[in-house]
Amino acid sequence: MEHPLTQYIHPGCPAFDLHEYEMTGGYSALQKVLTSMSYQEVQKLVQDSGLKGRGGAGFNTGMKWSFVPMGNDAPHPKYLIANADEMEPGTFKDRMLLEGNPHQLIEGMILAAYAIQADISYIFLRWAYKKAAQLLRKSIHEAYAAGYLGKNIRGSGFSLEMHLHTGVGRYMCGEETALLNALEGKRATPRSKPPFPQISGLYGKPTIVNNVETLCNLPHIVNNGAEWFRGLGSGDDGGTKLYGVSGKVNNPGCWELPIGSVTVRELVEEYAGGMKNGYQLKGILPGGASTDFLTTEHLDVKMDFASVQAAGSRLGTGTMVVMDDATCPVGFVHNLQHFFAQESCGWCTPCREGLPWVEKMLLSLEHGTGTNEDMELLQMHTQWLGPGNTFCALAPGAMEPLQSALKYFREDFERHITMHKCPYD
Amino acid sequence: MIEQKLNKKQSNSDNTASYAEGVLKEHYLTDKERTAIDHEIAMVPHKSAAVIEALKIVQNNRRWISDESVNAIAAYLQMSPAEVDSVATFYNLIFRKPVGRHVILLCDSISCYVMKYGDIYTALQEKLRIRFGETTGDDCFTLLPNACLGCCDHAPALMIDNDLYKDVTVTCLDRILKKYT
Repeated sequence: MEHPLTQYIHPGCPAFDLHEYEMTGGYSALQKVLTSMSYQEVQKLVQDSGLKGRGGAGFNTGMKWSFVPMGNDAPHPKYLIANADEMEPGTFKDRMLLEGNPHQLIEGMILAAYAIQADISYIFLRWAYKKAAQLLRKSIHEAYAAGYLGKNIRGSGFSLEMHLHTGVGRYMCGEETALLNALEGKRATPRSKPPFPQISGLYGKPTIVNNVETLCNLPHIVNNGAEWFRGLGSGDDGGTKLYGVSGKVNNPGCWELPIGSVTVRELVEEYAGGMKNGYQLKGILPGGASTDFLTTEHLDVKMDFASVQAAGSRLGTGTMVVMDDATCPVGFVHNLQHFFAQESCGWCTPCREGLPWVEKMLLSLEHGTGTNEDMELLQMHTQWLGPGNTFCALAPGAMEPLQSALKYFREDFERHITMHKCPYD
Repeated sequence: MIEQKLNKKQSNSDNTASYAEGVLKEHYLTDKERTAIDHEIAMVPHKSAAVIEALKIVQNNRRWISDESVNAIAAYLQMSPAEVDSVATFYNLIFRKPVGRHVILLCDSISCYVMKYGDIYTALQEKLRIRFGETTGDDCFTLLPNACLGCCDHAPALMIDNDLYKDVTVTCLDRILKKYT
């Protein structure tokens, strides 16, 4: 079973309803946990599996849970939130899981909630995923009716409520503390940490926010064990990963593969069918808009957390955007910075003021009115907006593709200055 | 930002009429809207936590959020109008200016950029005679840019109301637009 998360997801086929999900072993992990495992054992199992968060940061999931106060003195209600606000440009993996097998997410959420003894859970879903919203509403209803949600689940004494929250559009909502503010009906600005959400999250109560793909792994880890999960991946990481490729390739799409089992080249050439006729690969963003470029010299880098990091970028969401040789790198990076400038919440000065400047400088380069001083200023911004100067990772993330573009595609930038126009026009 | 780009004459709907009559407080909300908002208030620890849901409810009913709607929601949730407006203007999909019967959201993020959403935008401008942030004269369409729709493997993509269109080409635009009146 090399693709546990997507084994029952077939494009064109409708998603499983509750009965179909149960017939293929669905909710058996929950039964197992409720009848034979303590919450400590579930936490330990997930820690042992080495599961890392699939939302972009790659933090150990069991470790993240371990900071939640447990026992009789712990504050209640505690919250478990599925981050389904997938909005990283170039990323479309959670959509596949949400539309393809909603009960898998719900079961994963109940397992996570049990592990931290949460009372209330939310799915924070981005507004654009209309089909997923419809399916999730129906599936939550089915799960309540079957006694998998609500009071005293299957006679276990464990209770959990689940709500679907659909957003109203803002990239910031994907940031975990901004998401909490959005759920509380506020502007989605990030919170200062510490305190971390595990201690003081939604309405000041202990809260865990996990990505959809992370949560979907849990039923399989419970059913098959930590050893099995670690054995699935290669290198340091366990399990599988949903990999995606978009851009001018023959077969753009999303595939679940053992993590680290493929290289950039294999993903582009074998899975995505290679570049479209007449186009060459010039660069890739390996894991969404806020990851550093890799180039043709990195085609044999394995797509796992450590290997992509060693190559100077991040695995991020694992969904790569391919830049071809007919696309102007300056225009490409300008598009990214326009997005980040627009989506900045305005809370921190470097991000609010810096990103629009970066966007304007890139636009003037693209229009042929840029100068060498602009290049220096852009370079300085990559530090001013870098890690440590802002509350959240939006601005540092925005600087990753910029700093690597300045490094790898400097000649392209400079030709815009010497030719006084975009050489790709 | 998107809201600020909206550039359409003030409509003469009943919203403005109520405003003129000075009916500004919570009575401005319909019974149906109040019932729906009450349902949301019951789900959260304090009233102001329901403000985003309240904005969604009123917008679903009236297409956009007028100043009178902001005032009425503020009064109903015991918040200041400025607090409600700070939330309303933060989120991309709460419209603080009137929009047409159908809102076209064209994805302008990176995969759609590589796959030339610009050609789709040019064609839409020619067909509808509007740019981003504008509404057609017959009030049928408002055209807005939108951040990544999570449909990158089928770029370029756009949404009209609740409908997602993938692998959009210039030639299929007429057939798409014809479905909306």
